[in-house]
Amino acid sequence: MNVPKDLRYTKEHEWIRTHGGEVEVGITEYAQGELGDVIFVDLPAPGTKVEQMKAFGSIDAVKTVSDLFAPVSGEITAVNESLKDNPALVNQSPYEQGWMVKIRVAKDADAEGLLSADAYEKLLGATA
Amino acid sequence: MLDTATALKRTPFHAKHVAAGAKLVPFAGHQMPIQYEGILTEHRTVRAGVGVFDVSHMGEIRLRGPGAIAYSNRLVTNEVGPSLPDGKVVYSPMCLETGGIIDDLLVYASGAERLLVVNASNAAKDLAWIRDHAPADVEVIDESEETAQLAVQGPRAEDVVAAVYGDRARALAFYEGFEEGRGEDWTLVSRTGYTGEDGFEIYVRAGRAEALWDRVFAAGNQYGIRPIGLGARDTLRLEMGYCLYGNDIDETTNPLEAGLAWTVRAEKNDFIGREAIAKVRKDGVPRRLLGLILEGNRIARPGFEVTNLERRVGTVTSGTMGISIGRPVAMAYLDAADAKPGSHLDVVARGQRIPALVAGRPMYTQGSVRSPKPRRPQ
Repeated sequence: MNVPKDLRYTKEHEWIRTHGGEVEVGITEYAQGELGDVIFVDLPAPGTKVEQMKAFGSIDAVKTVSDLFAPVSGEITAVNESLKDNPALVNQSPYEQGWMVKIRVAKDADAEGLLSADAYEKLLGATA
Repeated sequence: MLDTATALKRTPFHAKHVAAGAKLVPFAGHQMPIQYEGILTEHRTVRAGVGVFDVSHMGEIRLRGPGAIAYSNRLVTNEVGPSLPDGKVVYSPMCLETGGIIDDLLVYASGAERLLVVNASNAAKDLAWIRDHAPADVEVIDESEETAQLAVQGPRAEDVVAAVYGDRARALAFYEGFEEGRGEDWTLVSRTGYTGEDGFEIYVRAGRAEALWDRVFAAGNQYGIRPIGLGARDTLRLEMGYCLYGNDIDETTNPLEAGLAWTVRAEKNDFIGREAIAKVRKDGVPRRLLGLILEGNRIARPGFEVTNLERRVGTVTSGTMGISIGRPVAMAYLDAADAKPGSHLDVVARGQRIPALVAGRPMYTQGSVRSPKPRRPQ
């Protein structure tokens, strides 16, 4: 299972990549595999305020629908427009082309409290 | 989790699933493959070529004895009495006295016997019901454990099955089958399925399962044959508007409102549920199970409300992506007045209204199946 070392993770299987005061958010390889073929990603518009570990969007896969939880509190600054036409990017490239939103972080402490790659791998080990 | 996992039954094809990289999930007490390569790919494989489903989880109940044929005809709403020619297969609901559906099943005319193929999730309940009502001259035999079943489905299914069983398979009409061999070598091949494509279902004894899998895949290699999971089984059946027990039909729904009036032979002089269904027919059904084709890409899930501009008019029972239609599809019970194919309603999905077109069943009409109506349980 691919768990990049330079990202941080939530227990709900989202990842973040930090760029200064902004984080990019997506779901992990494990999460996309559990969901199966993703066919629709429902994301809020830029400018929307999100709160840590509150649902801010959803992912429709063929078999199931799953909430997306905000890894950090802040404001959405960008959404991945290519997911509208090609939601399968979430399956094909969960850590790169399948990113979902960028959030301007309200409190740095939010990101620091997330799981390291090692801790997330341990969580997966316990799940599997 | 672990305790549940160990209590789950494995089908005789379990090692084949593991070798093929299946994702296995608990389903009706069995460990079943939900997908191999992905639902979208698997769905398209069945529509365009040929795919193989392990459906060994389903129940097989044999009725034997002098009263077997008459009793089978009393159990189900469709005609499976002595007039049914040997080798024919009939789809039918089996109802309570109330007209509610206990299960939907296939009845095989097997010489002087009847073989009933039932939903895995209902097998224990069905067996108890059938045993409780059986007259003294009928023996009820549960063959579920010793029976393996593969469904070979798709426009190339005939070529694959004929390569294994010869022209006898090509000659089968839709909803017709043949048996050969005895004991451990017993085989039943029927031209049946749950996908909307031409296809066959092959039953063998569990000890012959892996050899059957190998023969079918060797024969299908040149057609790109692939194993298909329960995920695609659901997308395929739902595009066809075939009912799934537990979602679209259950003990609180009757065959008439479920769109299964064609399976009820009111002229049969006696079957369980006859009076209740006759009353529903006389009074008219207040709701009907119809198809919906949704705008956008959001999927309707069971329990979602269906509304017109003024009020709630129904409830979604099944929904998925209509992969070959290119739109999300659903089935819903709709108030009879609003159940008009071609009209427009809304599905309320997580607070948002999604416009939907009311459609007859099947919603997908391009399949290679020889007749869209007869279908089978899951």
